[in-house]
Amino acid sequence: MNYLYYPGCSLTGSAREYDVSTRALMALLGAELTEIEDWTCCGASAAEAVDPMLSLSLAGRNLALAETMSAGPDILVPCSACYLNLKRAEAAVREQGGALDDINTVLAGEGVIVNDNHHIRHLLDVLSRDVGADIIIGRRVRDLAGLAIAPYYGCQCLRPYAEFDDPENPASMEPLIAATGASVHRWSMGGKCCGASHMTTDRAVALELVGAILDAAAGADAVVTVCPMCQMNLEAFQLKISRQRRNKLDIPILYLPQLLGLSMGLPADTLALDLNLSNVGVFQN
Amino acid sequence: MQPRIHEKIRNRPAMESLTASVAEIAKQMRTCIQCGTCTASCPNEFAMDLTPRQLWRRVQIGQPEEIFTSTTFSICSSCYCCTLRCPRGLPLTDIMSALKRVAAARMIPRYRQGVHFHKAFLDSVMRHGRVREMEFMALYFMSLKHPLEPFRYFALGMRLILRGKIHMQLPARRNKKLAALFVKAEDMEKHR
Repeated sequence: MNYLYYPGCSLTGSAREYDVSTRALMALLGAELTEIEDWTCCGASAAEAVDPMLSLSLAGRNLALAETMSAGPDILVPCSACYLNLKRAEAAVREQGGALDDINTVLAGEGVIVNDNHHIRHLLDVLSRDVGADIIIGRRVRDLAGLAIAPYYGCQCLRPYAEFDDPENPASMEPLIAATGASVHRWSMGGKCCGASHMTTDRAVALELVGAILDAAAGADAVVTVCPMCQMNLEAFQLKISRQRRNKLDIPILYLPQLLGLSMGLPADTLALDLNLSNVGVFQN
Repeated sequence: MQPRIHEKIRNRPAMESLTASVAEIAKQMRTCIQCGTCTASCPNEFAMDLTPRQLWRRVQIGQPEEIFTSTTFSICSSCYCCTLRCPRGLPLTDIMSALKRVAAARMIPRYRQGVHFHKAFLDSVMRHGRVREMEFMALYFMSLKHPLEPFRYFALGMRLILRGKIHMQLPARRNKKLAALFVKAEDMEKHR
């Protein structure tokens, strides 16, 4: 298993533990990650909101850089927002129509060119299909039996590109959670929106969405995520929502590779659990 | 009603261009049957004044004033649930993004905060190639010209700084790593 690796901006900053735990888990699984040299921002939701050509060009630049590298062709992307943007550019390139020519006209100034020999893969896609539950079970050293874990997928790894899971009723995380010995918390909120950047621009709306998700997680011992934006929204505002709703939200939010890493015996500091904003103390011993 | 009409007359050229933009977008909505699946699928509908179905109707019949004074387009969080379920297969989230871009280009008041947010983000990306989260939020606060806004983020900011996740950095105004790409992309977009 060899992948090109696109961490994305969040994983170098506010979601550093997602990067650290992804690298640690993949190394333990014997997968080699080669970071794309000189990668730049995928455009996030900002570029698409202002200028579609900028969005395609920012994502396209990274696809073009990936093509110059010898590893690949699969590009592993842990962040769901990056995944969606790179996927959109990948689709435009694959169509081979006017958009590809336009992207390459913009990229000409950067001295790179994009063709069509890459495959954008979300971390959850790779963990559920290339790795699979059996390998996790086979390498399990810590049984998480007795814990109930709520799988939270968010939007952008499921929709609009339904690559590896059912975008209405996602289930790809369930065998992976079960492989740790933990049980899967049954709920219907796994694919519900967390509000994304509304937490900054329309906070009341986002707090309502996150409040409903966290309420539905009651009874679970933790929620696992596969997106830095979801992770931030679910863990950073628990106190504020508790005050608003007059309840006591205090639920650990983990990145999926952190949970899997724990069950495979990786120490908490190797998985950077000290960087999580929610109270993950129960997983640190 | 009176002030709205007054406003409309005063800004007739602006209103005409807005009408033209909506008419262009409406072409993509011709096959909408107003079934309301989009409304039923929308997680943010509770906070909108027009439901998604009602918004699409106003797009179809060409009522830009109702569209851009509503909260609806700006409250869409692009979750793609409506796109997934639309029985006519319409790319509703992408069409909503087109409305957002029309609003952004004209700095429609309801969307101003969102535009500042996106532009501050892109400004940081243009300079360094990657977003610097602290710089991005600093640029965003400056563009809002609202002195109290940063304080809402103080506690979260401190938690991130204490974990070494974000760093105090002065905005590096001289960096322009992706300036050429930004200029070229904007130029291409205009001529597509």
